[in-house]
Amino acid sequence: MTGLLAKAGLQLVLLLLVAPFLSGIIKTLKARLQTRRGPDVLQSYRDIFKLLRKGMVIPDTASWIFSTTPYIVFVIAILVGLMIPMTTTDAPLSLFGGVLAVVYLLALGRFFLALGGLDTGSSFGGLGSSREMTISAIAEPAMMLAIFTVALGANSTNLSEMAKVAVSQSWKFLAPSQMLAFAALFIVLIAETGRIPVDNPATHLELTMIHEAMILEYSGPYLALIEWGASIKQLVLMTLLVNTFFPFGLSSDWTARGLGLGLIFYLTKMLLLAFLIVLVETTNAKLRLFRVPELLMVSFILGALALISTFLF
Amino acid sequence: MNTLPVGTIFALSLTAYSTGALASLATWRKPALCRYICCGSALAGAVLGGLAAVFGILQGTPVRWSVSSGIPLFAYSFDYDALAGFFNLTLAILAGAVSIYSFSYLKEFEGKRNIGFFGFLFHLLLLSLTIVFTTANVFLFLIGWEVMALVAYGLVTFYHEDRETRRAGLLYIVMAHIDAGCLLLGFALLMQVSGSAEFASFRTAAAQLSSGQQAVAFVLFFLGFGIKAGVIPFHIWLPAAHPVAPSNISALLSGIVLKAGIYGMVRIFLDGLGILPSWAGLLVLIVGVASAVLGVLYALMEHDLKRLLAYHSIENIGIILIGLGAALVFRVAGHPQLAAVALIAAMFHTLNHAIFKCLLFLGAGSVLHSTGTRNMEELGGLIRPMPVTAFCFLIGAVAISGLPPLNGFVSEWLTYQSLLAGFGATGGLTRILFPLAGSMLALTGALAAACFVKAFAITFLALPRGTEARHVHEAPRSMLVGMGWLTVTCLALGLGVTWFLPAFDALTEQLLGQRVGTNLISGHGLVLSAGMRHGGTVSTAVIGIGLVILLIPAVLLVSIGARRFARRRGPTWDCGLPGLSEENEYTATAFSKPLRMIFSVLYQPRREIQAVFDVSPYFPKAIRFESEIEPTFEKRLYVPLKDLLLWFSTRMRAIQAGSIHAYLAYIFVTLVLLLLFGVRP
Repeated sequence: MTGLLAKAGLQLVLLLLVAPFLSGIIKTLKARLQTRRGPDVLQSYRDIFKLLRKGMVIPDTASWIFSTTPYIVFVIAILVGLMIPMTTTDAPLSLFGGVLAVVYLLALGRFFLALGGLDTGSSFGGLGSSREMTISAIAEPAMMLAIFTVALGANSTNLSEMAKVAVSQSWKFLAPSQMLAFAALFIVLIAETGRIPVDNPATHLELTMIHEAMILEYSGPYLALIEWGASIKQLVLMTLLVNTFFPFGLSSDWTARGLGLGLIFYLTKMLLLAFLIVLVETTNAKLRLFRVPELLMVSFILGALALISTFLF
Repeated sequence: MNTLPVGTIFALSLTAYSTGALASLATWRKPALCRYICCGSALAGAVLGGLAAVFGILQGTPVRWSVSSGIPLFAYSFDYDALAGFFNLTLAILAGAVSIYSFSYLKEFEGKRNIGFFGFLFHLLLLSLTIVFTTANVFLFLIGWEVMALVAYGLVTFYHEDRETRRAGLLYIVMAHIDAGCLLLGFALLMQVSGSAEFASFRTAAAQLSSGQQAVAFVLFFLGFGIKAGVIPFHIWLPAAHPVAPSNISALLSGIVLKAGIYGMVRIFLDGLGILPSWAGLLVLIVGVASAVLGVLYALMEHDLKRLLAYHSIENIGIILIGLGAALVFRVAGHPQLAAVALIAAMFHTLNHAIFKCLLFLGAGSVLHSTGTRNMEELGGLIRPMPVTAFCFLIGAVAISGLPPLNGFVSEWLTYQSLLAGFGATGGLTRILFPLAGSMLALTGALAAACFVKAFAITFLALPRGTEARHVHEAPRSMLVGMGWLTVTCLALGLGVTWFLPAFDALTEQLLGQRVGTNLISGHGLVLSAGMRHGGTVSTAVIGIGLVILLIPAVLLVSIGARRFARRRGPTWDCGLPGLSEENEYTATAFSKPLRMIFSVLYQPRREIQAVFDVSPYFPKAIRFESEIEPTFEKRLYVPLKDLLLWFSTRMRAIQAGSIHAYLAYIFVTLVLLLLFGVRP
């Protein structure tokens, strides 16, 4: 029990610290690729810190749903973060929720975020919520197919089990089914974290925005919780991707040496994935909303092909 | 524990329902007294029925009793086994909640409508359901089935002055009789083979069924029970009939009357027809997937709150059928353990859907009771005047969307696990169907979440959209208690699932000869595991506790941060326009617009916009907007079918000349033909 709490505490600190760092890295890398200087890597921490110390304005029309949502979003993000293997295969809460619980808990967070958007009574909140729920709904089957492909290979939906099996066959990502599943999940990752070409995280007050429209009315500490939660969610999804397909360096225990080595490998892998995301963001234009389903259909078909190739090869 | 008086308590529950029916009729001239008798006796019957079910499940061994009637083949025989106990328990939970709810709900009928007649029908509905779930005799089953259909017709058309209601009732009664006809044929086939009308005899006779007979019987029963359960494409009566009934009855219709179809399928497919071939299981699975996806897609387009819920019943019946179909496939493939897990998934979802759908319909009933409208576009902001109703509806919405840590998530999780296992457990190309079904289940879940964001937010959040929603007050206390009871059940079944699941052991042992309940529980009784090689683990209890514990750092962060500045209330950003009004709000139609565009192949949406203007079209004085989606099944399937039937009837008119001589000739010819067939050995 104390061991569990210690592991959970350690991973919690890691989650809270690495998530803004990763968001910062992505912003900086993106700026450099566009030959801008951009904010430095620590800017995300400063943003959160500043928001936490600001006052906030709550809309007249909003009910307790609006004020509860930031807590729910933040708490779910960290709970989910404790279920995934980050630097070791042995995630603290892996026994209590596998990949299905992760997907559905994130859906619970989104459910409340969408309610929070509609609670303000503004059209922006409504359009954000409507689009967010739509895109996540059509991303879901593709995600589940790709997850099923990986879970079938590991004989489990438990993330620690999946990671252990992955470690035992580190070069499996060269198999066609794994590559197809990775491609499918990468597209889903782009959609779920609201990045170009699905959504533009840099917009404010534009008619094309999705996530930002939903949280337009949030300010101060509530906004800090939501932003921090969103960056943790992004971290979780990226971790899921790198550790399932490229389990290099995952330590099998909680020793200091294993953790240290694991952390170095982990950060390197995450940086490479972040670079891939930035590359996609810089080389693509945002899609029209009604083109997004086609992109996700591509992801679904990749997932189906991945599944078929598991029993062909 | 062989001394539990299951039979006696069960008989008392039947007596409570029957006397309640008669007493309601007898006191119809005194509405207030009648209301108390009606709800009181129904509550008593539900409590007794629930007690009998709990005792029956605890006891583990089936209780049988039979009273002969003197008529050949017909006997008042009851078989209180685990399956009967499960469905009776579900019925009792719902009947209890609805009876409490009705104490206040029926008050508005006083002086306007005949509460006595309502109570009579209400009790008969509960009585016939109890008989259907418990009887072991085909004829008693069919009588119960028919009474259930007729009584439900009476309740659906209770507001008979509405033309829409009468049409819905007609559609319902026609479909109900098609389904009864299919069942009659199916049972006739089985009785011919077994020579008896007892369900128990079918079990032994199943071995003598040829594969052709088995297939025909399967199709007949699937049609019959499928129409009752409202699976696509036999669903068209459901979204018409359920919303027009009084809300407490809608809750029962969607919550438990539909489940009679599921009960029949489980009883016959797993117990009466022998081992069905795998195509039968796959058919059930595919129909389930189609019902789930199409049900939720049609629900998304609704802005009538109760019709939306009715479409969600189709979706959830689909999810139940996915589990049931998987169980059938696994049984024939020689994986009884997996079949047991899939069956538990289906049965647990049956229970869960009964509870949260009943809760949601009762919530919708409160809204309708307070505002007088079912149209979501006129609602909004009800969370302030009706906080308790809103909270209960929110819990129901989270549960039906399959989100953790509530009960809907657990049954969907078990369904996913069995689908995953299906890939390894079956051979050939068909196994690709299981993960595909899983991905469609994911689509269904996500769309359901979208739909309930819409249903909850448009109804309860932001500003009122119409005058009806402006001056409302919370529902009376008994209605809140009824909803509260179901809310608590939802939470308990979700968070405490590991305590309840072993109760399914008796059920799976009876139907599949397997006890897997203990395999499903691990980790100090807190963790639910899939109990198989391809599996995972989850613990809703720990997720629930984790959500609460992790709330502490979040609250600390905000409270430390917010020390310097107070939070204040301010207007929502209105883009610089003079103030935000309800006209700026998103509507239900607007919310579902992206999905209407994406799935336009299915919906074939049509819209019409007319602007009235004086000088320039850019300054319209009034705009008329009309939008509708194509009712595909009605247009493509039922209208041609109806046309064919009418065409055939017109042709038949030629021999119905009205001449007595012709009719005498027909009788003579028929007699001769019958004699010819009869004389042949």
